[in-house]
Amino acid sequence: MTTLDISRRKLLGVAAASAASTLVHAPAVAQANPRVVIVGGGFAGATLARTLKKADPRISVTLVESSRTFTACPFSNAVIAGLRDLNAQQFGYDKIAGDGVSLAFDTATAVDVGARTVTLGGGGALAYDRLVLTPGIDIRWNALPGYDEAAAQQLPHAWKAGEQTTLLRRQLEAMDDGGVVIISAPSNPFRCPPGPYERASLIAYYLKTRKPRSKVIVLDAKDQFSKQKLFVNAWKELYPDHLEWVSLSQGGNVTSVDVGAKTLLTDFGRRKGDVVNVIPPQKAGRVADLAGVADRSGWCPIDPLTFESKLQPNIHVLGDAAIAGGMPKSGFAANAQGKVCAFALAKLLNGSAPGETKLINTCYSLVAPDYGISIAGVYRPANGTFTEVEGSGGVSPSKAPPEMRALEATLANDWFGTITTEVFG
Amino acid sequence: MTATCLLVASLMVWTASASAAALEPPPGASACSGCHLASAGRRAGVPPLTGRNPADIVAAMQAFRSGQRAATVMDRIAKGFSDAEVEAIATWYADRR
Repeated sequence: MTTLDISRRKLLGVAAASAASTLVHAPAVAQANPRVVIVGGGFAGATLARTLKKADPRISVTLVESSRTFTACPFSNAVIAGLRDLNAQQFGYDKIAGDGVSLAFDTATAVDVGARTVTLGGGGALAYDRLVLTPGIDIRWNALPGYDEAAAQQLPHAWKAGEQTTLLRRQLEAMDDGGVVIISAPSNPFRCPPGPYERASLIAYYLKTRKPRSKVIVLDAKDQFSKQKLFVNAWKELYPDHLEWVSLSQGGNVTSVDVGAKTLLTDFGRRKGDVVNVIPPQKAGRVADLAGVADRSGWCPIDPLTFESKLQPNIHVLGDAAIAGGMPKSGFAANAQGKVCAFALAKLLNGSAPGETKLINTCYSLVAPDYGISIAGVYRPANGTFTEVEGSGGVSPSKAPPEMRALEATLANDWFGTITTEVFG
Repeated sequence: MTATCLLVASLMVWTASASAAALEPPPGASACSGCHLASAGRRAGVPPLTGRNPADIVAAMQAFRSGQRAATVMDRIAKGFSDAEVEAIATWYADRR
């Protein structure tokens, strides 16, 4: 510590002790460089890291991420259907590092809430004033009996983009014409509520155009799903012979998996597929358990103003891992939350209270390459969670000309380019 | 001596808060850049909001809300914001580059 530091600390100590109002600000000024550690470099964590560093460059921001390449989930269904290459989904962290964020390509193996440290798998520990956990989802292995990590190598989930995405695509490509593809969709909540139905749509598009004697069957643990009317109407129009949706009440709930037989057991019987995609039950990413911020549901309750955990102080959770009321687990929502949380943290670390917030979500789905539909919502903190603003939001009109559907498909593409540029570019 | 110290400390706090406040978007504003480009650096069907005349943004949001202007998602989003909130968002984007 230099002489200057000592005199500054003394000076601030005197100031802090002198008046109650100054005391409120003491943590920020006494700590020359507040330290924020973020675990998870997806849409939420990477957005937060960059925004926080820009909001207040004095804050030391460290982003812990196990992979040097981020593979985005939005649009990965188009990769599965052979409409897009996986590398169009992939982004690096160079620009984020260039903004002054410290990158630690490592895995968090322990969180000491009392000492405020995160232990890294590669050795060493990071001290924090505020810890942000943005781990996304983990699969709840064996929650669906028979579906474990080994099973996912035969019957891919493809619900975390990357090798699993490629595996499912290759299985579809290898399937003979006349084959049956089965998708098992989980009950709520899970990452990307319209995702299973976009996937079914784009696989149906692939089958219709490339293997027209084949079909895709969705076995669903639900009777209702996101953008349902729009999807169902589009399926009738585009894929009457290629896509079948079996709801919960029609016996769609999958109760166990027979991996070797490529068979899913339901309440009503057995379904064998040539390609089987199990979208399994999910929970907050593993570090949430390590930090004790996940509740019995497996997800993380938070204060909607600050994203601070309701279970542990000085730890914030956002993105798919968080329980965010009406906000869906989407890349758009994670990005919006990252920006809002960054300014809330900058204020907290400067000793002031976060202000009012409002958040938006917009999710596009592709039913075909030139057929897009959307859902949008505006949210505000209310009653301890995020509540949709009354009168706002909703889905695309149920009756619309083909030009409108084509425009929404174009806007979906634009959205992906814009958001990934903001986060990684 | 103590009085001077207090003043210096208060100024430091004030400066930090003031710079954060100038950057801080009003409620809802930061979400817009999920679709709207931060600048005109990339070609897209969605116009950038930065550096625009705030009156244009206010007029557009009112037209989206009333249904006068055709929209894909903006009619649904505009209905979630009050006139005062739209005004604040428009003013904040006008100051950005």
